[in-house]
Amino acid sequence: MANGRPLIRTAVRAGEPAPAVSELPAKLRVHGLNFFYGHYQALHDITLDIPEHRVTAFIGPSGCGKSTLLRTFNRMYSLYPDQRAEGEIVMDGVNLLAVARDLPLIRAKIGMVFQKPTPFPMSIYENIAFGVRLFERLSKRAMDERVEWALTRAALWPEVRTKLHQSGNSLSGGQQQRLCIARCIAIKPEVLLLDEPCSALDPISTARIEELISELKNDYTVVLVTHNMQQAARVSDYTAYMYLGELIEFGDTDSLFIKPQSKQTEDYITGRFG
Amino acid sequence: MNPLYRARKRQNALLLFISCLALAFGLFWLVWILGTLFYEGGAALLRAQLYYAMTPPPGDDGGLANAIVGSLVIVASATMLGTPIGILAGTYLAEYGKRSWLAAATRFLNDVLLSAPSIVTGLFVYTVYVARVKHFSGWAGAIALSLIVIPVVVRTTDDMLKLVPNSLREAAIALGCPSWKMIVLVTYRAARTGIMTGVLLAVARISGETAPLLFTALNNQFWSLDLNRPMSNLPTVIFQFAMSPYADWHRLAWGGAALITLAVLGLNVVARALFARKQ
Repeated sequence: MANGRPLIRTAVRAGEPAPAVSELPAKLRVHGLNFFYGHYQALHDITLDIPEHRVTAFIGPSGCGKSTLLRTFNRMYSLYPDQRAEGEIVMDGVNLLAVARDLPLIRAKIGMVFQKPTPFPMSIYENIAFGVRLFERLSKRAMDERVEWALTRAALWPEVRTKLHQSGNSLSGGQQQRLCIARCIAIKPEVLLLDEPCSALDPISTARIEELISELKNDYTVVLVTHNMQQAARVSDYTAYMYLGELIEFGDTDSLFIKPQSKQTEDYITGRFG
Repeated sequence: MNPLYRARKRQNALLLFISCLALAFGLFWLVWILGTLFYEGGAALLRAQLYYAMTPPPGDDGGLANAIVGSLVIVASATMLGTPIGILAGTYLAEYGKRSWLAAATRFLNDVLLSAPSIVTGLFVYTVYVARVKHFSGWAGAIALSLIVIPVVVRTTDDMLKLVPNSLREAAIALGCPSWKMIVLVTYRAARTGIMTGVLLAVARISGETAPLLFTALNNQFWSLDLNRPMSNLPTVIFQFAMSPYADWHRLAWGGAALITLAVLGLNVVARALFARKQ
């Protein structure tokens, strides 16, 4: 993918302007979301729709709340008693923030990949099978197929097919991250949350993962948090710029990078700030 | 040469000399103890009789078979009793309690128990168990020793689970894994060698404990595998034989002491090897 493509797209893709967010079916509808770490309010009245089968990127300086926002989608914050969210995040007609039980079922539909690769201390095969076994009973053969399918989707199969029973920790950082993506899609989620998935990786691994993200959006709704504006420009269809816990601007990526509506966004993406 | 630099070099040499002296002092006693132990006990260790004959009456020839087996049985029972409790309590502290007041209080009390003199443990079991059932028994010994195992295992389990990065837990939870499964399948696996090392060190620690057994398992001159009766064990036999006036009892006591030392050394080596392989 890196071949010949400019780092920041300067022209609108192939002549067809991206449709406005409001014209697309929304997978996740965030409405009036406030988030608190104890008494500290980290998100202020966030409202946005994440379009289905598209890649949406959250950008902004450190501490702007982009990861926090991502972690509300799969209720990751519920692990920590002093963190709470108010407002609504609606997926398929269900307000995720109001769900009290069966959180694992939500998390199975909304997969997450973290900043640092987190392979489990088990074999490559078991890393994938682990999540699948939580929700499905598969025969040995069906499981083998599922593992191969997930690893193929994550563009890792050719590299690991001969060493499926080696430890997941024996892989390189970029391979580990693709293993984590494979683990995530093996349980067939609908949404993929990627929290700075490339920040610990070298440029080649980053390129492979970006390529992968572009392919995955055909089947999944992808939400990507990134520190890297070029990355947002390269892989996302829609971009949200956040600052100090507020959503400053949200729109299709090309427009946001070419002619941002807000002065703050412009300062950030042109490097005058942040 | 710069005078400051020269002064620093002199200080360095002086400190290095003092450190080496301290090291030599420590090693000197250790080597002396081990040397005496194997000089006195070595011959006894090499006699096959030590391993198959029973503890003899004074003047007769014999071995330590009943004491060796008794020690193995008591230590194994104590480990079996103490390890699950210790691991579960440690899991509570690291995975559920975390920084709550109950966890903080448990950690504090556990540290107190960790450093409590073992004779207190023996007296405690004597009061609440031996005095009630009105006889000494292998079980009482195992319970007393398990009370020493528990705090060691709680502490290492807590510490080792805390070393597991939180990102691993979040990754499992993010897949839709319930927390108990996350703990059993992911964090235990990540902390496995550390926890095993803790258990081995606890076993090493109780193998040589004498005081808690004096009030509980007592001793038995004969072969017995019945945990409901007094049971022979190496530490009390060593204690009894070493305090006696008979030369052949002394030899057996030295042999037993050397045997325990070797076993503890072996356990420590295994524990370290396990841990080193993980690093």
